[in-house]
Amino acid sequence: MNLTTQKNYRKFVLGLSIAVMAAVVIAVSSWPSQAQGNSEVTLIKNATILTVTKGTIQNGSVLIRNGKIAEVGTNIQAPAGATVIDGTGMFVMPGIIDCHSHIAVDGGVNEGSISVSSMANILDVLNPVDIDIYRDLAGGVTSANVLHGSANAIGGQTTVIKLRWGQPAEKLVFEGALPGIKFALGENPKRSNSTVLPGQPRRYPATRMGVEDVIRQAFTEAVEYKKKWENYNRRKATGELNLIPPRRDLRLDPLVEVLEGKRYVHSHCYVADEILMLIRVANEFGFKVRTFQHVLEGYKVAKEMAAHGAGGSTFSDWWAYKLEAYDAIPYNAALMTQKGVIVSINSDDAEEAQHLNQEAAKTMKYGGLSHDEALKLVTINPAKQLGIDNRVGSIEVGKDADLVIYNHDPLSVYAVVQKSIIDGKVYFDRQKDIANRAEIAKEKQALLDKERQAGAGRGGRGPGGGRGPGDSIQDREE
Amino acid sequence: MRTSRKKLFLALFAFVMVAALAGAFPAEAQQTYAITHAKVFPISGPPILDATVVIRDGKISAVGKGAAIPSGAKVIDAKGLEVYPGMFNAVTELGMNEIGQVDASVDTHELGEYNPQLVAATAVNPASAHIPVTRADGVTHVIAAPGMGGGRGGGGGAQVIIGGQASLFNLAGWTMDEMKIKTSAAMVINWPALPGGGGGRGGAAPQGAAPAGGANRAEYDRQIAEITEWLERARHYSAAMQANKAAVERDLKLEALVPVVKGELPFFVVANQANQIREAVAYCDKQKVRMILATGNAAGEVKELLKEKSIPVILRPVLTLLRGEDDPYDQNLTLAAQLSAAGVKIAFGSFGNEFARRLSQWAGVSVAFGLSHDEAMKALTINPAEMFGVGKELGTIEVGKMANIIVTTGDPLELNTEVRYLFIRGQLTSTDNRHRQLYEEYRKRQ
Repeated sequence: MNLTTQKNYRKFVLGLSIAVMAAVVIAVSSWPSQAQGNSEVTLIKNATILTVTKGTIQNGSVLIRNGKIAEVGTNIQAPAGATVIDGTGMFVMPGIIDCHSHIAVDGGVNEGSISVSSMANILDVLNPVDIDIYRDLAGGVTSANVLHGSANAIGGQTTVIKLRWGQPAEKLVFEGALPGIKFALGENPKRSNSTVLPGQPRRYPATRMGVEDVIRQAFTEAVEYKKKWENYNRRKATGELNLIPPRRDLRLDPLVEVLEGKRYVHSHCYVADEILMLIRVANEFGFKVRTFQHVLEGYKVAKEMAAHGAGGSTFSDWWAYKLEAYDAIPYNAALMTQKGVIVSINSDDAEEAQHLNQEAAKTMKYGGLSHDEALKLVTINPAKQLGIDNRVGSIEVGKDADLVIYNHDPLSVYAVVQKSIIDGKVYFDRQKDIANRAEIAKEKQALLDKERQAGAGRGGRGPGGGRGPGDSIQDREE
Repeated sequence: MRTSRKKLFLALFAFVMVAALAGAFPAEAQQTYAITHAKVFPISGPPILDATVVIRDGKISAVGKGAAIPSGAKVIDAKGLEVYPGMFNAVTELGMNEIGQVDASVDTHELGEYNPQLVAATAVNPASAHIPVTRADGVTHVIAAPGMGGGRGGGGGAQVIIGGQASLFNLAGWTMDEMKIKTSAAMVINWPALPGGGGGRGGAAPQGAAPAGGANRAEYDRQIAEITEWLERARHYSAAMQANKAAVERDLKLEALVPVVKGELPFFVVANQANQIREAVAYCDKQKVRMILATGNAAGEVKELLKEKSIPVILRPVLTLLRGEDDPYDQNLTLAAQLSAAGVKIAFGSFGNEFARRLSQWAGVSVAFGLSHDEAMKALTINPAEMFGVGKELGTIEVGKMANIIVTTGDPLELNTEVRYLFIRGQLTSTDNRHRQLYEEYRKRQ
């Protein structure tokens, strides 16, 4: 990272901590039940606690204090003034972490005009009112890796969020989580399945060879750029005067961060050869691929992935929607796990994210993972892949109180999320959601009536607009 | 004596020929099976504990506690296992669409707006990798439908209105002749878009959009008038054929529509908006055409109408993104329960292929959100069989029915349940498939 970015980053972190502090003050002052106002305490009791890393506790309790897990066990008494959630018949697990999401993004996720779009940053376009945040919360997701699309060999910068529905954009950001950058290999960056309009030139690259070239070219430039800055900084440190700093390159800055290990590479990929290609390129330039995303043929080269230290974040059972997905098998997650890769199951889709627990459960059938191994695929493993496992991903004392309460074993198809909790705060409550529906419908009707009166005769979009026409399967898979 | 022997021989010969043509009896004698000590869920009645199911000549020949095991039967001890009718995926493109984005592997959409003469079975590749993959999870027979959801890229941009005939077939066999159950099971019609209907995603069909939104009323009326014209011509054609066949010039499109206007072949109506469904129901009612509705959450808005008119519904995958920002988050998940409670007959379909094996998951999720387990099982078995007119041949474990049966490790709706044995038309059928083979192959890599 060069000085300018470092400064900006510091500013950003400072601003963020101020925002967090302010929000905490506001939040604390709005807690009516806290007479002392010093701490928020919640006890979930009589539930089956799936800690993921420390086994399962029958008739267990979790004590939450100040947004953190304070105690986990069987005989925890509720402190005075604590909110008590009776978990009889319920299952508590760590909040689900979706390692590949495109929710909470304002507008498109692809800056598709160029092959290296590393200057584009998801952080700049977070949309805190995207309803998909709430819907994924309702499916037990508490953190998500929000990624740029896969139209480019080197795509935009990515960010990890917590699904703090109702909070402003800056409060969605997972504090301290290392940012990432999206890479993409195969059919999407070579635009195999996109239509080129008459007169429009095709974009380089159009082959997997070209994809490799684009990445090597960009890193070749990044290495030179990094040298220039290092040279400048060294000379400046010696007190040399009248130095002209190198020209800043927003496209290369994030790649320098990758080289310095300050930014994770999350690479979209499908087939075995391109996975090996990126490992070779990464080794050549001395950086690590943090995760291979989708990685449907990861099972073929799991050994090489494990040796590189790359994680694999894949789909459960989606296949054959395009040529490079024809060798996709539902055993992929299990097989990569058995070969020593840290594996997660991701959604890549706002709907799929609502049942990642079910998708993880399928690995018990396809490949014979154990109950605990299956749970890890959507909790501690994605946390490790995103470098946030010291904060989330398991139910352990000291970790963030990001929890989901289900009415059945979450690996059962019959499990329904009852509550989703982030930092000890309930962000989704199924009973409340149901109770509020009549009120929301009434409000909506009133607004519609008002608009109808005001805009009689004016055209407009009918109901049920949602995502526009022209959405295709390709948009789903990024 | 000679004459009667000749007659007998002829009759026998004729019988053999008909049987062979019908494809019901393969040349070689079939193995008889007895599944014993199983918990049998016949769907037509309550579960039977420690029961025996006998399979003979492709059919179920006995069901019950202590049913006699014929000599020579291969006995499968199913102690601890459960027996169900094979599941019926009520809409797919299996065999017609191998890899969604590889045009050469896709045979679902023909050029032209009106193609009633096309038959899905013609384009089903019996060697498709999708077939064994799908049956490994307990789906024994499916509908494959052509031309659903408007035009494909290769369709020259033209919309499809009548897409062709959907075919019902078993997921096992060397050729379609061996697989087919009913090659013409329904006539696909994409209901024209109405103004104010919105566009958006056509649900799970990978080809995406239903006829594009924002249509104007005049265009809609023109299309409906065209459909009416086709039906009228088919009626005249039918009458003329009946009056004097020799005097009528054969017309393949009209010929294909005759069973529709006679009420023998249902329209398989693809519609995504409530106003489209209302119009389609009123239209089919007026035209005296039977109708099966293929739709998503719009069905919830018109459930009383669907109940009143006894319109059965094939639901799009319930795990599909909601279109309306204000819709309750679980609207798709509770849809099956809502329709069932209203008395509407439902089934599940994958529409596309890439999630064809999620059939039981959709039913399971619907149970989690209020559908009874019994109704969910019916929606996977007997309901779609009845919709497509094969309720007497398929869908339950009863004597005389085609032996499409699964033997599972437990509740078929649960995510970790495995299919141990699979019978299709009475044949013990492999659950091996491309995915398992790749798994076994790469598991060996050191």
